Amino acid sequence: MTQETILIGLAGILAASAPIVFAVLGETLSERAGVINLSMNGTILLSAMGGFAVAYTTNNIVLGFLAGMLIGALVALIVAFASITLNQSQVAVGFVLALTCRDLSYFLGNPYMGVPGPRLQAMPIPFLSDIPILGTLFFRQDAITYISFMAIILTWVWVYRTRPGLMLQGIGEKPAAAYIRGANVNLMRYVYTIIGGALIGLAGPAFSLASRAGWMGTISGLDGFGWIALSITIFGGWNPARAAFGAYLFGFLQWLGLVLQPVLTQVPSQVLQVAPFPLMILTLLLVNIGNAEWVDRTLAAMPESTRKFFAKLLRAMRASPPAALGVPFERD
Amino acid sequence: MLKSRFSGLLFQIIALALSFGVVSLILISIDASPTEAFRNMFKGSFGEMRKFAEVLVAFVPLLLVTAGLLVTFSAGLWNIGVEGQVVLGAIATTWVYRYFLESDLPPALIITLAILGGMIGGAIWAAFTGILKVFGGVNEIFGGLGLNFVATALTIYLIFGPWKRPGVASMSGTVPFPDEFSLPLLANLRISPWALGIALIAIIIVFFLLQGTYFGLKLKAVGKNFRAAYLLGIPTWQYAMYSFLICGALAGLAGAMQVAAVYHRLIPSISSGYGYLGLMVAMLINYQAIWAIPVALFFAALNIGSIQLPIVMKLDSSLSGVLQGVLVLFALLVEGARQKFIKKGQNT
Repeated sequence: MTQETILIGLAGILAASAPIVFAVLGETLSERAGVINLSMNGTILLSAMGGFAVAYTTNNIVLGFLAGMLIGALVALIVAFASITLNQSQVAVGFVLALTCRDLSYFLGNPYMGVPGPRLQAMPIPFLSDIPILGTLFFRQDAITYISFMAIILTWVWVYRTRPGLMLQGIGEKPAAAYIRGANVNLMRYVYTIIGGALIGLAGPAFSLASRAGWMGTISGLDGFGWIALSITIFGGWNPARAAFGAYLFGFLQWLGLVLQPVLTQVPSQVLQVAPFPLMILTLLLVNIGNAEWVDRTLAAMPESTRKFFAKLLRAMRASPPAALGVPFERD
Repeated sequence: MLKSRFSGLLFQIIALALSFGVVSLILISIDASPTEAFRNMFKGSFGEMRKFAEVLVAFVPLLLVTAGLLVTFSAGLWNIGVEGQVVLGAIATTWVYRYFLESDLPPALIITLAILGGMIGGAIWAAFTGILKVFGGVNEIFGGLGLNFVATALTIYLIFGPWKRPGVASMSGTVPFPDEFSLPLLANLRISPWALGIALIAIIIVFFLLQGTYFGLKLKAVGKNFRAAYLLGIPTWQYAMYSFLICGALAGLAGAMQVAAVYHRLIPSISSGYGYLGLMVAMLINYQAIWAIPVALFFAALNIGSIQLPIVMKLDSSLSGVLQGVLVLFALLVEGARQKFIKKGQNT
């Protein structure tokens, strides 16, 4: 393989991962504020179908992306209303929406199955695209991939480097304290859930109008990505940059599966497609195992030098959720 | 008490009306007639004996899965991995059948062993989720989901790999088993009274387990307040594991029924989504075992009735899933509104 083919392959991974990047950033924001949006798998499918249908009917690709965001925001609004205002289980509402939106996308998307529609074209940036290596990697992408790069940076800066972002961390960790400092906790949770939902809704059209253009109903191959994105959010430890890294890592593994397929002819292609899932369980295990009580006990029984090594290793991998994740806030 | 029960019923009727209203609006928005769609779904499920038998075929696994989920929900666990547990039940049943394919044992014994094998298969798969949860700190939702996808891959691997049909492997599944391996069916219908009986017995056992035993009481204590139960001396992690094993065994039983009474072989979509649908049923009945039978029957009827839609009205059959989802969603929303309403009434 020449250097050029490797670079183009890597650039392709960055583009193919854009939808997952949007999804994990949206979910990270939502969960940071304390709301789990479990509807993600259905939201992505419905916004993929809706975005494609709108872009196809209006012949305007931008409207398609906006429609996807609107769908994501509306589904998130239902999650927020049911959990924040009506005190229902976030998991229950999210799960129902995940299934309902999926079926709704298949039902309403029936007329758009397999029709050729608009697709986002690559948009090399003048001058920057001529830089060796970096140009091929970053600056010969399509518009939505550029936006995904910017979204990572913006979300990270927002969460860690701005005052409202600091407040956001407080709302997810110690809502009572944030409330005393003057934050309207429930309103902020609404806002972040809806913004997060709009980002998740961008993931759909990022599939159906760009990296996997078109709508193919049940054989679109998009079913499942939402669940993966949920676990990548955990892998990311609710840090936007680490979550985005997880999305790219997943994209890389998928690409690897594709590349290895001709080599591993004994393994049916369907098996390679699900290879990320056992890996997902494994990463969740690595991230969470430091929280288990028996690990602490085992560590305590180890000799000093090995104990230090393992404790350090576990701490590096470990991720703890925002303390108030899924817990309703009531001021009394 | 009477008033709250009355208001409960009133709100449930509101939820039902809202659901049908929303689904009607969706149908009108794509220029389809709601009344015609609902009538076709009804005709397609209760219209003739043959179709009603199909409803019962779908009812059996759905009821078994729901029965199992009531146990895990009682312990406060979201066993989303139930879908994969159905699949592993089917795989294990197929494995036992294949093992005894050439043996001289009486078929009744082989069928019994195959069904028991299915239950063990489902329980083992559920135990994975439980171990990940209890010892690995992995939330049962994510562990379960991952294992669901692995289970599907395993099915496809077996069908295209070690268990493939002589000649060419295909999506139609493994070689069908001889007739004597099937649970007896009613004449000219696809429903096995044995399967129906097993499912009904299972839900009755679960009902009494949860309502009338010390075990059920402890399980609910764990579900209501994990920490308090632990402090009271209930070995919480053991109870969590028990509930996973029971649910897995019942889900595995559902998978066994799919092989032994319906398909007579292993097919790629052996679970047909009954695991996820069972979660919806359990939520809609608000985890009350007593309502499991009518609601599971209703959901099974929607599934079978919707098969007519693409043929008669050129609508996608996923309408049944939309209707089921909207029903559960409004049940949750309206229940939330009712609690808020009652709270407000108490405050003033």
